Amino acid sequence: MRIAVIVYPGSNCDRDVHHVLTNVLKVEADLVWHTDGNLKEYDGVVLPGGFSYGDYLRAGVIAAFSPIMREVKRMAEEGKPVLGICNGFQILVESGLLPGVLMRNVGLKFVCKWVNLRVENNETLFTKRYTQGQILSMPIAHNEGRYYIDPDGLSELKKHNQIVFRYVDADGKLSERANPNGSLEAIAGVCNRRGNVLGLMPHPERASEPILSPTGATDGLEIFKSMLNLGD
Amino acid sequence: MPQFNINVIIENKPTIRDPEGEVIMRDLMVKNGYTQIKGVRTAKLLKIVVEASSSQEAKQIVSKMCDELRIYNPVVSICSIEETGA
Repeated sequence: MRIAVIVYPGSNCDRDVHHVLTNVLKVEADLVWHTDGNLKEYDGVVLPGGFSYGDYLRAGVIAAFSPIMREVKRMAEEGKPVLGICNGFQILVESGLLPGVLMRNVGLKFVCKWVNLRVENNETLFTKRYTQGQILSMPIAHNEGRYYIDPDGLSELKKHNQIVFRYVDADGKLSERANPNGSLEAIAGVCNRRGNVLGLMPHPERASEPILSPTGATDGLEIFKSMLNLGD
Repeated sequence: MPQFNINVIIENKPTIRDPEGEVIMRDLMVKNGYTQIKGVRTAKLLKIVVEASSSQEAKQIVSKMCDELRIYNPVVSICSIEETGA
């Protein structure tokens, strides 16, 4: 497995993802500049977090028109894993690879903290190492994370089991308090119908090593292991 | 070829909440005595200069561009296009 981590002007979590892939999981991964050639030699791609193009106009929209996105779309169509984290999730919705939109947080503040997530679908390429309903701990850090989709879109999401993660409290229950940004139905991550394109606002790469986690949990690592088809 | 000044206004659809507008109204205007204010919606304004043969054509170019380049997000936003004097 060889993974491309796309770098846009303003990406700032690219190296963290690359570190987890190469140093923690010992797989081959490259940082790929967003205008560079093609991704033919890669088996999967990660769009990392950050502030591509300074979030100008709307977070993710300018990066969604980057040359590399043609390649990302091709990989998505071929069924290869495409993972968008935070700004990467915003880029995926703006490029039409995932449904819905990410709006400014309901509290109008940048929110940076550890949250609890509930696994709503463990049948995607990225979540097969989790159990259904498992509670995960991961950090968020964003200003535009309020997921929204119109009522028809929401019923389509549910019909095709595309809601992958929801924000919950420590007991795994939904509450307004546990929803850090006002996302519709506390949605924290969604996938495409095929389950090979996942976008999520939380940062799995920041929850992949015990030393970086307040509880020592490394829940985020399982997303990468699952996407890489790694064993224990 | 003549140039035209076109304003593009991007705002949330009426059914979509606009917390920034709500805060400006509640915490700035109403709390400071302007109780007559009953609604505020924020928007983004792009002032665009377009070279075209007519005002009609200038607006058509901008309208097509707004759709093609996702200048507004059609899921939650509406976009209005008007010509201004300068």
